[in-house]
Amino acid sequence: MEHSPLSPDADTREHLIVIGNGMAGCRAVEELLARDPARYRVTIFGTEPRVNYNRIMLSPVLAGEKCFDDIVINDADWYKSNGIALVAGDPVVGIDREAKIVTTRGGVAESYDKLLIATGSDPFIIPVPGKDLPGVIAFRDMDDVDTMLAAADAGGDAVVIGGGLLGLEAAHGLSLRGMKVTVIHLMPTLMERQLDEAAGWLLKQALEARGQTILTGADTAEIVGDGKVEGVKLKDGTLIPASLVVMAVGIRPSTQLARDAGLAVGRGIQVDDHMVTSDPSVLAVGECVEHDGQVYGLVAPLWDMCRSLADGLVEKPTGYRGSVTSTKLKVSGIDVFSAGDFSGGDGCEDIVLRDASRGVYKRVIVRDDRIVGAVLYGDTADGSWYFDLLKKQEDVSQLRDLLIFGQAFAAGGGAADPKAAVAALSDDAEICGCNGVTKGQVVSCIAKGAHSLDTVRGTCKASASCGSCTGLVENLLALTLGDDVQSGPKTMCKCTSFGHDDVRREIVAQAMRSIPEVMQKLHWTTPDGCSSCRPALNYYLLCALPGDYVDDQQSRFVNERLHANIQKDGTYSVVPRMWGGLTNPTELRAIADVVEKYDAPMVKVTGGQRLDIFGIKKEDLPAVWADLNAAGMVSGHAYGKALRTVKTCVGSEWCRFGTQDSTGLGVKIERMSWGSWMPHKFKIAVSGCPRNCAEATIKDFGVVCVDSGYELHVGGNGGIHVRATDLLCKVATEEEAMDYCAAFIQLYREEARYLERTAPWIERVGVDYIKSRIADDDTGREALRARFLHAQSFSQDDPWAQRAEGAEAEHHAPMARFTPQKEIA
Amino acid sequence: MTTTAEWLDIGWIDQIPVRGSRTVQVEGGDDIALFRTAEGKVFALLDRCPHKHGRLSQGIVHGGAVACPLHNWRISLSTGEALGEDKGCTPTVPVKIDGGRVLICRASTLKAAA
Repeated sequence: MEHSPLSPDADTREHLIVIGNGMAGCRAVEELLARDPARYRVTIFGTEPRVNYNRIMLSPVLAGEKCFDDIVINDADWYKSNGIALVAGDPVVGIDREAKIVTTRGGVAESYDKLLIATGSDPFIIPVPGKDLPGVIAFRDMDDVDTMLAAADAGGDAVVIGGGLLGLEAAHGLSLRGMKVTVIHLMPTLMERQLDEAAGWLLKQALEARGQTILTGADTAEIVGDGKVEGVKLKDGTLIPASLVVMAVGIRPSTQLARDAGLAVGRGIQVDDHMVTSDPSVLAVGECVEHDGQVYGLVAPLWDMCRSLADGLVEKPTGYRGSVTSTKLKVSGIDVFSAGDFSGGDGCEDIVLRDASRGVYKRVIVRDDRIVGAVLYGDTADGSWYFDLLKKQEDVSQLRDLLIFGQAFAAGGGAADPKAAVAALSDDAEICGCNGVTKGQVVSCIAKGAHSLDTVRGTCKASASCGSCTGLVENLLALTLGDDVQSGPKTMCKCTSFGHDDVRREIVAQAMRSIPEVMQKLHWTTPDGCSSCRPALNYYLLCALPGDYVDDQQSRFVNERLHANIQKDGTYSVVPRMWGGLTNPTELRAIADVVEKYDAPMVKVTGGQRLDIFGIKKEDLPAVWADLNAAGMVSGHAYGKALRTVKTCVGSEWCRFGTQDSTGLGVKIERMSWGSWMPHKFKIAVSGCPRNCAEATIKDFGVVCVDSGYELHVGGNGGIHVRATDLLCKVATEEEAMDYCAAFIQLYREEARYLERTAPWIERVGVDYIKSRIADDDTGREALRARFLHAQSFSQDDPWAQRAEGAEAEHHAPMARFTPQKEIA
Repeated sequence: MTTTAEWLDIGWIDQIPVRGSRTVQVEGGDDIALFRTAEGKVFALLDRCPHKHGRLSQGIVHGGAVACPLHNWRISLSTGEALGEDKGCTPTVPVKIDGGRVLICRASTLKAAA
């Protein structure tokens, strides 16, 4: 026998060999490690040249909602840190049960004490002419997905044979990728094994509305093509062109290896309740097995099988009793759920609810006061409840009248309370179908200290895959931890299940540098975010990495991209900076000239003590800025989530009541803080006496001068909800006023959420917290101030001057001009 | 230059920023907005939101949609339809890419911009 590097001589533990690096094989090993990590030396053989990934998530990968890294269950570190030898890409081709040796295609021979077969299933290829043509594939592994993505890049027509779960997910993905997709289904109803006719029809309508062609009752005669696939011919003679054909008609347990080894094989490899085959040293688990006459092609039964298998391997057998399965279609925007038996028949009663306008169809099948099946279309929120009642065989006679309206109504609540619904689920109700996690497991994981969605995902994996159960997990967090512990944070937007604070913390902790990196590492569910999250991420990155982060212009609102305020007619308004509200004849003359030269229809004095020039065309903006720059003026940032204006009164220099030089201080503060990007707009004012003519007590940061020094106020707002400032503290000198101002701005920049003004931020965190960071902590305040000034060293370039010199000219010019008359002539 | 009776040659695809937009000025009519998605697909729409006529070319492009800068309506780049709860439609103009050049349909451009 060839010497194998996989069997270190020193290790005398029993050797467990697992054939199959898929979901079943690895889950079995995980369950075993959880019980007794040291008991076996483990070697896993896999056919695919990659680590263990979540096969049921291939559909979202195809649809572009996930990438391969997102669906990896166990990365290379997992194998390494658990001492597992992985042989990937060299499949086992023979088992010698006499000698207890397996042999790979590459010639490696390895002896075992226990052998676990987890070979899963093979796609069924219908035996029609042309099935072996290049371009005809199954939908089973990552290689198939890569083939489909390559085909989609080239565009054209695709035919999916099979209108079941897998076929429809393949069709959806290819359609999203831009291919013209036809689904050929032999049966009259789509997904007939999971859906009844009514739900199948609704599904067909929805898919057709998305541009797919669905042919039911269509029988494939042959696949045609010369050297590669060119089309599919039906038995009725119809020819459908196709450059890609995906066969998704079904799967068969992969049993060849077991059969060759002489194990008892029926439809699958026959196993007992402890997943032991006809040879006591050989076990089998997953889609390749037949248990009690049943074979399963869905993921859920795996979890129970692996549990009983691991219990048996550590000699505490519990036994597997078979599974009732439920199905969810992973086509975004179309909610379909089914469970149990919905074929009807003697003694079965149907309870049906149809809401045509909402596109909802619900059907619950009851026999002898017990739910035997459920089909939900359009509203699947109660799927797990029906499934739980079904598995438990609960008597539903008391609930019957309200059953179809869902758990909230049936429980007597009237109004839907999702928390009550989750509370009513039993401990072994499944929460996460992707990873087989029950309510009891999630609750115990929370009880052991997982107090956020993120940590729950990290520990028990609930909602870590497709995320469709995120709401359930959040409700469990809220239920288990009560109101005094913060429940799940509100997510940033629909693209992520993380809240602003989580995203921000991770950006800093992982030193992320770009928006795509954040989306990748934090599992964004959309390929490139949305108009809510992209500007927020752009801000968080530039705040975390000033000077290092390259701004993403396409993630800014138009006003910040064009450095001017868009108006409802598509023109822009331009506000040059007037330091502290002071101006002079040169500036006023330049503004007057611009108004005339560019035909601005209106010029207005703003509330922030500056002048706003209206009606400037996008094309003219660079020239306007050049003229204003020439008179010494820079951008007023009236368009940005940024420092806007510092409003002042005339102060001690002129006013008979003035106590300090409020105008001079205002100018100094504006010179220090202009150009800084903020979570939202930020306004400052300095009043020279408590009469407060500059309205400093409704600004984000306000200074009110008094005889003995400067009162510093924070968190005011003069908008829809007028809020007077909170007094932060009083300081003696101008320098201190400036330092505290810089520190406060930086605290706001670093800790407020994007688009949160100072007023709601302070109401959220409390003014005492602000005082503790700014007024009571000299070292901390100084550090904040230093960070602000560091950031400012990168941001005080006038964006107008850059544009006036020709930077990013494409923002201001059309790509082409088209004059119809000339073209016709 | 491959401008023909049917197609107008607008320029190189690289002139449109990824997840961004450029416009074509049509004399006597509204602008046409060209969009380029993260996936590299190019679409053309009339540069006018069906809601309050905002300039779609100034919006944020994400996925296969653009968010109007005025009131954040999301408009499908492929169909011109408002997405979500909003109702309305902006005329679309067929686009094809030929050897890296962006071509838009002449007849649709005239019709949309008129």
